[in-house]
Amino acid sequence: MALAADAPKDGFRLSMLIYDTRFRAITIQVIVLILFLLFVGWLVDNTIQNLARKDKDIDFGFLFSRAGYDIDQQLIPYTNDSTHGRALFVGLANTLAVAFFGCIFATIIGVFAGVLRLSRNWLVARIMTVYVEVVRNIPLLLWIILAFVIFSETQPGPRDFRVTDEMIAAGEEPKASMIFFDSVAFTNRGSNIPAPLLSRPLGGTEFLGVPINYSTIAVILVIIASVYANRALLRNARAVQEATGDRPVTWWKSLLILFAPVVLLLIALGFHLEYPVLAGFNFQGGINVAHSFTALLFALSIYTGSYIAEAVRGGILAISRGQTEAAYALGIRPGRTMSLVVLPQALRVIIPPLISQYLNLTKNTTLGMAISYLDLKGTLGGITLNQTGRELECMLLMMLIYLILSLIISSLMNIFNTAVKLKER
Amino acid sequence: MSDASYVRDAMIAPAAPPNSQRGAVHWLRENLFSGPLNTILTLLGLLAVFWIIKASLPWLLNGVWNAGSLGECRQIIAAKAGLTFNEVGESLNAAGEVVEPALGACWALIRERWNQFIFGFYPVDLYWRPVTAFALMFVALAPVLYFGNRRICTIMVGTVGVLLLLSLLLLGTDLQHVGLFAVIFALLAAVAWTMPKRLLWVTLLFPAIGFFLLWGGSVWGPVGTLAGFAILAGVWFALQRRFGVVVAAAIGVLVAALWWLVVQSRVTGAIDAVLSWGLTPVDSDQFGGFLLAFTIGVTAIAGSLPIGILLALGRRSDMFLIKTLSVGFIEFVRGVPLITMLFTASLLLQYFLPPQTNFDLILRVIILVTLFASAYIAEVIRGGLAALPRGQYEAADALGLDYWQAQRLIVMPQALKIAIPGIVSSFIGLFKDTTLVALVGLADPLQGITKIVRADINWKGIYWEPFLFVGLIFFLVCFGMSRYSMYLERKLKTDHR
Repeated sequence: MALAADAPKDGFRLSMLIYDTRFRAITIQVIVLILFLLFVGWLVDNTIQNLARKDKDIDFGFLFSRAGYDIDQQLIPYTNDSTHGRALFVGLANTLAVAFFGCIFATIIGVFAGVLRLSRNWLVARIMTVYVEVVRNIPLLLWIILAFVIFSETQPGPRDFRVTDEMIAAGEEPKASMIFFDSVAFTNRGSNIPAPLLSRPLGGTEFLGVPINYSTIAVILVIIASVYANRALLRNARAVQEATGDRPVTWWKSLLILFAPVVLLLIALGFHLEYPVLAGFNFQGGINVAHSFTALLFALSIYTGSYIAEAVRGGILAISRGQTEAAYALGIRPGRTMSLVVLPQALRVIIPPLISQYLNLTKNTTLGMAISYLDLKGTLGGITLNQTGRELECMLLMMLIYLILSLIISSLMNIFNTAVKLKER
Repeated sequence: MSDASYVRDAMIAPAAPPNSQRGAVHWLRENLFSGPLNTILTLLGLLAVFWIIKASLPWLLNGVWNAGSLGECRQIIAAKAGLTFNEVGESLNAAGEVVEPALGACWALIRERWNQFIFGFYPVDLYWRPVTAFALMFVALAPVLYFGNRRICTIMVGTVGVLLLLSLLLLGTDLQHVGLFAVIFALLAAVAWTMPKRLLWVTLLFPAIGFFLLWGGSVWGPVGTLAGFAILAGVWFALQRRFGVVVAAAIGVLVAALWWLVVQSRVTGAIDAVLSWGLTPVDSDQFGGFLLAFTIGVTAIAGSLPIGILLALGRRSDMFLIKTLSVGFIEFVRGVPLITMLFTASLLLQYFLPPQTNFDLILRVIILVTLFASAYIAEVIRGGLAALPRGQYEAADALGLDYWQAQRLIVMPQALKIAIPGIVSSFIGLFKDTTLVALVGLADPLQGITKIVRADINWKGIYWEPFLFVGLIFFLVCFGMSRYSMYLERKLKTDHR
C-alpha cells in the first residue's frame, strides 16, 4: 500500500534555484533583471527629482529657436539667425568633413609608412619606425594643439604679403609670399586656397533648407557613369583575354573614358579657379580655411596614420613567406607578387583594424574642441548647451548622433569586409 | 707514374670576398643603394634627417636654463651669438647689419614651472605626499609586474627608495620624516628579498594608502573603506563553499555595501572623535599636472581590467540577459567619444545621482574613464577568449571544474596572455586620454598647465618647449609600457617555436 508513496519525489525545492544548474541561470538572470530595473528606476527617479528641483523639464523645443552665434566654417548655409537645430547640422557637417578627409589622408600616410617600414632600405625603415613610435606614444591632443599653435603663431600675417610701390622701387622682397604659383596663402589667420567656380552653372534648388547644386550632381553622375563604363571596358578586355589569350591594350581607353567626359563637362560649365588676393587687411576671394580645421586634420591624419601604418605592417607580415615563395616559383615578378598575391591577402587582415581606426578618428574629431573647431561637439555640445542650459537634452542627443555615426561607419566597413573576406565553405 | 705533369696536392686558401661583397660598402649597397628607387629613397631620407638636424640642433645646443622670461632668454641667446637687438626686435650682428635671429631653446620655462607641471596647485609644503605615493606605487607594482621575481623586486624597491629619499631631501623635508621613510623602505626591501610574493599586500593596500597620502584627511576614512573590503572578502570566503562563487560574492557585496553606506561613517566618526589622526586635507581642485594624469591613469587602469574581464565574460555568457546587458554597455561606450563621457561626468552626473550628493569632479571623471576603458579592455579580452581553442573549455569541463575554476585556472591565464598586446595598448591609449580631462576644466599637464604657463606675460609666445617637455614625459611612459608588454609577451611565450 505504502510502496507507491515511498518512491522518491522529484518535486521542486526552493534550494534548487541555487544549486540546480537548470534553474540557476534563470535565478541569476531574474535577480540581475530586478537589480537592473531598480538601477534604471533609481536613475530616472533621481533625474526627475533633480529636474523638478531645478525647475527644468525635458524639452527639445530649443532646437527650433534662434541660435544667435556665428560659425566660421559652414558647409551648409547658416547665419546667426538660424535655429539651434540648423547649427547642429552645420556642426555635424564639419565633423563629417574633417573625419572624411582625415580618413583619406591617414590611410595614405599609414599605407606609405607601413610599407616603407618593411622596406629593405635601412634608413627609410628606421625613419618610419621613429615616426610611428613617436607619434603613437604622444597624446593626440598635443599634436592638435601644437599644430594649431604653430600654424597660428609662426605664420606671417596677411600684411607681410603686401608689395608696395616703394618696395618694388627698392627691389625688396615682401616678407612672405604665396605658394603653389601664387595660389595658396598661408597666413596666421588661416589658409586661403583657390575656389573652384563655374561661369555657366546649371542652377540649383533647395531641399529642406539644404541647397542642392545641379552642377555638382551632374559632375558626380558623369564620374559614376565613367567608372561604370571603365568597368565594362575592363570586363570586356578580360573576356577577350580568356577567349583568345591576348589582352587588348586598355590603358589609354581607360584614361579617356575616366577623364574626358568630366573634363568636357567642366569646360562646358565654364570651370575656373578664383584665386585669393590681398585686399585691405586680409585676403579676399578663394576659400578661407580656418587653422582649426587644418590643424585638426593634420594632427588626426598623422596620428591615425601611425596606427594604420602598424595595421598595414602587421597585415603584410601576417602573410606567410610561403605565399611569396610560391609566387616566385611560378615565375611571377616581385611587383606583381605584391599586387596579386600578398596585398589581396593582407587586405583581409588589415581591414578590421582599419575600421576601428576610422571609428577612432571620427570620435577623435571631438578633440577639435580644444582649438575651438566648431564640430558637433562645439555647436550642439558646446555653445548651444551653454546658451540654452539644456545639458541633458544636448548631451543625450549628441551621444545618440555619435552612436548612429559609429554604427553607420562600422556597418559600411563590415559590408566591405564581407566582400573581400576569404570565401570558404 | 701518371703522365699528368702537375697535380695539386693542397687546397688553395679561401680568398676573401671581393671588396664590393663585404664590409661597409656591401652593407651600404645592399641596404641603401640596391636600386634606383632605393637610392632615391635613401637620398630623400638623408635630406629629411639633415633638414631636421639642421633646424633643431643649434636650437637644442643653445638652450638656456636660467632666465626669468622669454625676453631674457632671447637676450642671453643673442648675446652668446654676439648679436644685439634693434628697437623693432630684429637681430643685428657686430657690424650692425640685420641678420637671422639666433636660435635657442628656452628651457628656463621648464625649470621655473617644474613644480606646476608636476604637481599642479598642490600645496608646496605637502609635496612629499604625492612623491611618496608615487614611490609606493612602484613598490605596489613590482610584484605584479615581475611576478614576485625576488631580484628585480628588490632592485626596484631599493632604487625607488633611494630616489624617494633623495627627492624628499631635495624638497626640504625634515630629517625625522626622511629617516622614517628610510626605515619603511628598508623594511620593504627586506620583504622584497625574503618573500617577494608578500609585497602583494602592499599592492592590495596601495589604493587606500595612495588615497590617504594624496587627499589627506582623517586616516579612518580609508581604513573604514578597507574594512569594508575585508568584510567582503571574509563573507565570500566563509560562504563560497556553501553557496557557490556568485551567490557568496553577491552576499558579500551586500554586506559590504551595508557597511559602507550605513555603518562606516558612524564608526569612523566615533573613532575619529577619540583618535583624530590624519593629514592636512587637500582639495581636488588643487591637483594638476602629471600628478593628475597619473592619479586618473593609474586608478582607471587598475579599475578597468577587472571590470573589462567581467564584461568580456558577460558578453560570452549563455545567459541571454547578461549577454544583452554586456553587449549594450560595450557597444554604447565604444560608440561615443570619450569627451562625451567626460562631459557626462561634469554635467550630467548631477542629474543622475540623488539630490544633494556632491562628489568631487576628479572622482567622477575617474569613474567614467574607468567605465570607458573597461569596454575597450572587454573587447580585447573577448578577442583573447575567442582565440582559445574549444578543446581548452572542453578539457576544463572534462576535469570537472566548475565555471569559475575553469575560468581562473584554464581559460583566463591563456586568454589574457593572448590579449596582452591589446590590453597594454588600451592602457597606453587610456593614459594618453587623461589629457582630455582638461576639456572639463581640470588642470592636466598638456592643455591645463601649458595654457596657464603660456598665458603668463613673461612666457607669452613660447610653444615648442612646454609641448616638447610634456610630450617627452608622455612618450617615456607610453613607450615604457609598450616595451614592458613586449617583455611580458616574451616571458610568457611557452610554445617552442
